[in-house]
Amino acid sequence: MSELAISIFTGTLIAATPLLLAALGELVVEKSGVLNLGIEGMMLIGAAAGFLVAVQGGGLLPAFAVAALAGAVAAALFGVLTLLFLTNQYAAGLALAIFGSGVSATLGVGFGSQPIEALAPLNLGPLADLPLLGPLLFRFDIMVYLGLALVPVTWWWLNRSRAGLVLRVVGEAPGNAHALGYNVLRIRFLAILWGGALAGLAGGYLSLAYTAIWVENMTAGRGWIALSLVVFATWRPFRVLAGAVLFGGVTILQLHGQILGLPVPSEALSAAPYVATILVLVVISQNRARMALDVPLSLGKPFRARD
Amino acid sequence: MSYRIEPRRNASALANLLAPVIAVALTLLFGGALFAVLGYPPIETLTAFFIRPVSSMYGFTELLVKAVPLIIIAAGLSVGFRANVWNIGAEGQLTMGAIAATGVGLFAPEALYPMLLPLMFVAGLVGGAAWAGIAALLRTKLNTNEILVTLMLTYIAGLFLSFLVRGPWRDPNGYNFPQTALLPYEGMLEPLDPMYRVTASVVFALIALVALWVVTARSFAGYRLSVGGAAPRAARYAGFSEKGAIWVGLLTGGAAAGIAGFYEAAGPLGQLSAVISPGYGFAAIIVAFVGRLSAPGILLGGLFLALTYVGGESVQMSHGIPSPITRVFQGLLLFLLLASEFFVSYRLVRTGRAAA
Repeated sequence: MSELAISIFTGTLIAATPLLLAALGELVVEKSGVLNLGIEGMMLIGAAAGFLVAVQGGGLLPAFAVAALAGAVAAALFGVLTLLFLTNQYAAGLALAIFGSGVSATLGVGFGSQPIEALAPLNLGPLADLPLLGPLLFRFDIMVYLGLALVPVTWWWLNRSRAGLVLRVVGEAPGNAHALGYNVLRIRFLAILWGGALAGLAGGYLSLAYTAIWVENMTAGRGWIALSLVVFATWRPFRVLAGAVLFGGVTILQLHGQILGLPVPSEALSAAPYVATILVLVVISQNRARMALDVPLSLGKPFRARD
Repeated sequence: MSYRIEPRRNASALANLLAPVIAVALTLLFGGALFAVLGYPPIETLTAFFIRPVSSMYGFTELLVKAVPLIIIAAGLSVGFRANVWNIGAEGQLTMGAIAATGVGLFAPEALYPMLLPLMFVAGLVGGAAWAGIAALLRTKLNTNEILVTLMLTYIAGLFLSFLVRGPWRDPNGYNFPQTALLPYEGMLEPLDPMYRVTASVVFALIALVALWVVTARSFAGYRLSVGGAAPRAARYAGFSEKGAIWVGLLTGGAAAGIAGFYEAAGPLGQLSAVISPGYGFAAIIVAFVGRLSAPGILLGGLFLALTYVGGESVQMSHGIPSPITRVFQGLLLFLLLASEFFVSYRLVRTGRAAA
């Protein structure tokens, strides 16, 4: 297999990682019946906060922790608004997206030009030296493996664990969950925090590993693409993985296209992920029956206990 | 002692009016706290943000320059929001409107110069509406979510603009800057007063507000639109079309954003560059909400959001505070507004322990 094929394969998985992390988090949030449109804002806050820690010599592990924490704090704002103040979830998510873009840009002013050392690949010893398999599978950084591992874990947790079952009940029939004695708001709030932490981590991956710089609005719509992925995946973790790999692939192929100097304007190639998102949404939306079957029943609807 | 949330039987008219006022007041309060945390004197900085920039005639006209696109776009978006159509890609529609209008301005034959501005206006309108129309087509024919489509189209419009100003439309005499040539004299709007940058677009913004008021408050069409959005099934029984509401909602918002793009290109900008809007299309969503989707509210909301732009520029110059603080204030305002809205539909009822 040629060098190029290997680099496209590994590049695809790396480009897919932030999408995968953010989308898996949002999937859990939506399964609990809450639609958080603000992924882009939480990713940006995570990216800026994590970068600030790293650029001031705080180390990469704390940087990622701060990125996740910052994403969760931003998500908590959304949670308070939608759960306690029964705010329209669309509007609150939009507010979070705008707020996050402003907060991150304000935090990051003046730090963008400073380089940091990017997250290094995990040292897997002899595995990395295996012929073919080494460069293909064993030279990624830890976040790539973490993202991949979260796919079966999320699936198992949602479909096989008791807590996951409760979360799904809360998303499908919050009234029933409440009557059974479960605290709907608390469960939804925890799901929102989890989604925020993963979005923050995804943003941190962009600024700490993927590019190792901070640029205003550097997520460039990845938060919205992650949101589309959840719909595309009809709320199933393994399909989220498939979608993230598809988009990672589109991103890497268009980058290679630009490097090779294809006779197409670079902007047309840069637009490929956005065009692909629209196309994918069009295709998946065709099957209305499937969508109706898979969408969490109370998605986007506020819940208020009547006792 | 504890409290219980209870829905109001009728939405509180007082709370409805007060919610935006409270939200603005709280935004100032939180904003002051934010400045204090960042190490700036809060009162001084708030004055520099919200009062000093508009305490001169020039400052006030600059406020109008920023308020006009916000008001025009928000008026158009409100029609869609009333019909529950979530067009959040007005930024892209503004971009396409500006591109279409500038294209006509730059490349129309001189024979058309006497009517160049009206032609550019129409081009802007059509450009914005067509871009939103893609989302309407996909939503009505193929059931595709308009939120995500209008957003993706915004990124695509930005890249298209970047392609034009760096490629085929780049000014050959522009020292390689990514920008087009200046529009011909006939394609530029004269300022109403040569001292200031305000153009006739102010008049159009007022017309847009009146039109919104007539359509929403006084016409059957507006009622039909709202029903189609709020209760699609009821609308269908009554013979109103849900698809019609989606088309009207998206096209109106797109056309308004496109017209705003024309006014930006032919007014303050005079040419296209890689960045033509400081997020007017997104801020206009906040204007629409803060303005309760009503004409008088949008007027006030547009002025306030415009103030966050001039205020951001002002404190950047006077205190060196990064200008993205503008978007922090905008997000904060929307958050607080949404929280205040709670009291429009609900109230807290005190529940004694004995009663429980």
